[in-house]
Amino acid sequence: MNRYLLPLGVFIGLVILLGIGLTLNPREVPSPFIGKPAPAFTLPTVHDANKQFSHEDFKGQVSLFNVWASWCVACREEHPLLVELSKTSDIPIYGLNYKDKLADAKRWLKMLGNPYLDSASDIEGKAGFNWGVYGVPETFLIDKKGIVRYKKIGPITKQDLQETILPMIQQLRGEAG
Amino acid sequence: MKKLLVLFFLLVFQTVLAAPVENLEDLGPADEKRYRDLISELRCLVCQNQSLADSDAELALDMRKEVHKKVVAGESDQEIIDFLVARYGDFVRYRPPVNATTLLLWFGPFLLLALGAFVLMKNSKKKDSPEALTTEQHAEAQRLLKESDEDNAS
Repeated sequence: MNRYLLPLGVFIGLVILLGIGLTLNPREVPSPFIGKPAPAFTLPTVHDANKQFSHEDFKGQVSLFNVWASWCVACREEHPLLVELSKTSDIPIYGLNYKDKLADAKRWLKMLGNPYLDSASDIEGKAGFNWGVYGVPETFLIDKKGIVRYKKIGPITKQDLQETILPMIQQLRGEAG
Repeated sequence: MKKLLVLFFLLVFQTVLAAPVENLEDLGPADEKRYRDLISELRCLVCQNQSLADSDAELALDMRKEVHKKVVAGESDQEIIDFLVARYGDFVRYRPPVNATTLLLWFGPFLLLALGAFVLMKNSKKKDSPEALTTEQHAEAQRLLKESDEDNAS
């Protein structure tokens, strides 16, 4: 009896290990930007080619920076949540329109609503590259000093918002600017 | 049948056939090798089990372009890798550096090997030295052997 115990134990251990592996999301690569200043960029905005939006604009407030594109299906899924958030809270949401066409981006915002105070237009994807974007949508939480504190790859869910993002914003707002 | 086989191989190897080739004319032979080595050692983050060299994804294309540009500019391998790690994290490397989070990744297999060797050694020792028989058991065994000899002889 005893000699079956060890293989059984090893088997159960393996099952538990693999089971944990199944619940993890391999797409969630830890971002090297957490705790670092927002990467620099200066881009025109989607709605006004003469207006510049840059990483300096994050400073002085706790804000969300959402990478989106009209060709991105998962962004469409996430969008209503952002629109709702922009209406029901005072959290500033900025956008990075990633590798999109200006006309498509404008049409998309007109059709689905615009939750963004400003969207930087990153047509070539240069800023996105410097931000390590690889799976749109991506959302960054940036503190008052312009430091990236949290990153979510893929669409934000209600659960992410309630359990992680909103509490973090509360906490970050309490910090000295 | 032959046609089916051809079709099968075409389907299986289509990714290989489709692997994009950039214009590498501006690289000398040494730089071209460096470029190829680099992109086969860096991971595409969209299709995580492919290297930049193998992947067709748009991000991989962007990243290859960036590597290409930097090779042309004469940056060292380390500088190029550091540049990408700063954006995508250690995950972008197929050979991650040894640090606290990758310790198990690097040394886990050796740990398992040592464990296996330990178990193997313990088990084989057991077989080498069977438990000694008591005098009575020994006598009984002798009797049985003798009996079977007699049976065979008859």
